[in-house]
Amino acid sequence: MSAAAPQTAPAVEPPARPSRGEVIRRFVQGDLASVRVILGVVVIWIIFQSQNDRFLTAINLTNLMLQITAVGLISVGVVYVLLLGEIDLSVGAVSGLAAAVMAVMNVKHGWNPYLAIAAGVLCGTAIGVFQGAIFTGFGVPSFVVTLAGLLAWQGALLYVLGDTGTININDGKITGLANTFYSDTVGWIMAVVAIGAYAGSTLWAWRARVRAGLADRQLTGPMIRIVVVAAAVIAAVAILNSDRGVPLAVLILVGFVAGMEYLAKRTLFGRHVYAVGGNAEAARRAGINIHKIRVIVFAIAGTMAAIGGIMQASRLLAVNQSSGGSDLLLLAIAGPVIAGTSLFGGRGSVWSALLGALVIGSISNGMDLLALESSVKFMVTGGVLLLAVIVDALARRQRQAVGRV
Amino acid sequence: MNSDGPLLALEGVSKRFGPVQALDGVDFEVRRGEVVALVGDNGAGKSTLVKSISGIYRTDEGKFIFEGQPVSVSTPADATALGIATVYQDLALCDNLDVVANLFLGQEVVGSGAAVVTQQLDETAMEHRSHELLEQFAVTIPSVRSEVGGLSGGQRQQVAVARSLLGEPKVVLLDEPTAALGVAQTAQVLELIKRLRERGLGVVVISHNLADVFEVADRIFVLRLGRPGGTFDTQKASREDVVAAITGASENGAHGAEAPA
Repeated sequence: MSAAAPQTAPAVEPPARPSRGEVIRRFVQGDLASVRVILGVVVIWIIFQSQNDRFLTAINLTNLMLQITAVGLISVGVVYVLLLGEIDLSVGAVSGLAAAVMAVMNVKHGWNPYLAIAAGVLCGTAIGVFQGAIFTGFGVPSFVVTLAGLLAWQGALLYVLGDTGTININDGKITGLANTFYSDTVGWIMAVVAIGAYAGSTLWAWRARVRAGLADRQLTGPMIRIVVVAAAVIAAVAILNSDRGVPLAVLILVGFVAGMEYLAKRTLFGRHVYAVGGNAEAARRAGINIHKIRVIVFAIAGTMAAIGGIMQASRLLAVNQSSGGSDLLLLAIAGPVIAGTSLFGGRGSVWSALLGALVIGSISNGMDLLALESSVKFMVTGGVLLLAVIVDALARRQRQAVGRV
Repeated sequence: MNSDGPLLALEGVSKRFGPVQALDGVDFEVRRGEVVALVGDNGAGKSTLVKSISGIYRTDEGKFIFEGQPVSVSTPADATALGIATVYQDLALCDNLDVVANLFLGQEVVGSGAAVVTQQLDETAMEHRSHELLEQFAVTIPSVRSEVGGLSGGQRQQVAVARSLLGEPKVVLLDEPTAALGVAQTAQVLELIKRLRERGLGVVVISHNLADVFEVADRIFVLRLGRPGGTFDTQKASREDVVAAITGASENGAHGAEAPA
């Protein structure tokens, strides 16, 4: 790029850098919601650490990560449904059913563990396709379709379990999903690979933009992002290594979050999901097959719910009649909303699944350490969710006020 | 205006919805570098005519001639393939997406090589092309990466028009482009329409606002009860002539009505 030929230089000015006021506006309006949420996590951690100095220990933070794996994975699918402006109330029940299918196939029928896991995951996918097709084919609100699903799949869970009630999982391959820890060396190798991949893709994208004359050549922005991500990865691996090592479960969670974030933000399919969530009629007129997008999104939600359910069964070493019940569904939906994914569709990111699970998990874990009662835990979590949706609604109202001058 | 024949001509077009004769023997044409305003009272058949041209409705009778060749337009894809683009009144933009994403909605550019596998978007190419397009038509927006929901009504309308230009059409149909816009924003959109004319496009504008029509159009085509109500040269006709044709007050002999010069 040093020997630039002036006559071929595109006559496009590099976009102006956002001013400080612009950054503050984005922060308030939710574009920088993730920064807001990370600050929230820091505040929560400081509060709990001041109350109980065991909170910020390596062993407790590792436990926290293991606790949020299942709900975080389910939330990844929920994010896609929320991006469409829809809701899936069946993800909890689907996670329980998928885990039960896996357990029954493995324990009662002696299936190979991988085949049993695949059966559980495919069960979730099939349910998602079915619900998505009913929703978009008949135009039934997704709220109702998945509410019916919530009941029906809970019934299916009881049916699949039969008289047994509880199935204990002994297969090392399945229990290993949530109970495997990598050695320190492997942990550091993974850290280097992750940082390298992030830095490589960031710099590659920056170079392409500079070549097209769309960005100025200063590397400050990309470098800051790379340094922040590298610091976070190194800190996380250092903490996990000083306990039992990097858990496979965390790798699975982060892997799915990163992969699904890529799908949402960088690919044709993801762009169409945002378009349908923003204005379905505009998307339809632009030639996008909105029925197909909706069915695939509900299939993703079902699949991720199944994967989350299987991880939960692996951690608890059993599937029983209350698997996927209790507050799992509500937490899986609350997480992304707390972390900035809008209930009104078209806005949000898959990262919010991880961040939201971290917020809810931290509150829950911290209150456990303080030995608070369930009554208090439910009320506090409910209050945090309420606060988050109010922020979401206010941000939306402000956007509308700015938009139509 | 141009020595060659019309870009798009419709001859004897009729369309019936049950008992309602929406269009009855309409002849209509638009030339290169010409802005034709389509005016008429509510229910006169303006929207039906535009939707017939853009392939949403199939006409019962009549011939389509595009660049001198008889063609058949029975689906929106047919019209797009010929180079006919339509901008609807309600814009059809996604407020949550930025300008680039809206310009390329439904015709996104996918990267080459490994990017094909995952259908990864080529944001750089799309952004580059967006800059070119907006610069070419002197569309002024804060940034191509700003969310469309945060733009003013005039800017949104310009983005909607620019989006129709992405496929390099020859004819652009605009349905009420200045409805619900303020004075300054209306002026922006009318300027954009004039630039389309300078680029040699044929432009058809539906409008209720005669001030806008006289400002921007070369020719005014009046529809009345599904029939042609007269064609006026904007330079020669008066507003009264056009109003009379719209309301039918000049049923026995429209003075200003004549074939285009």
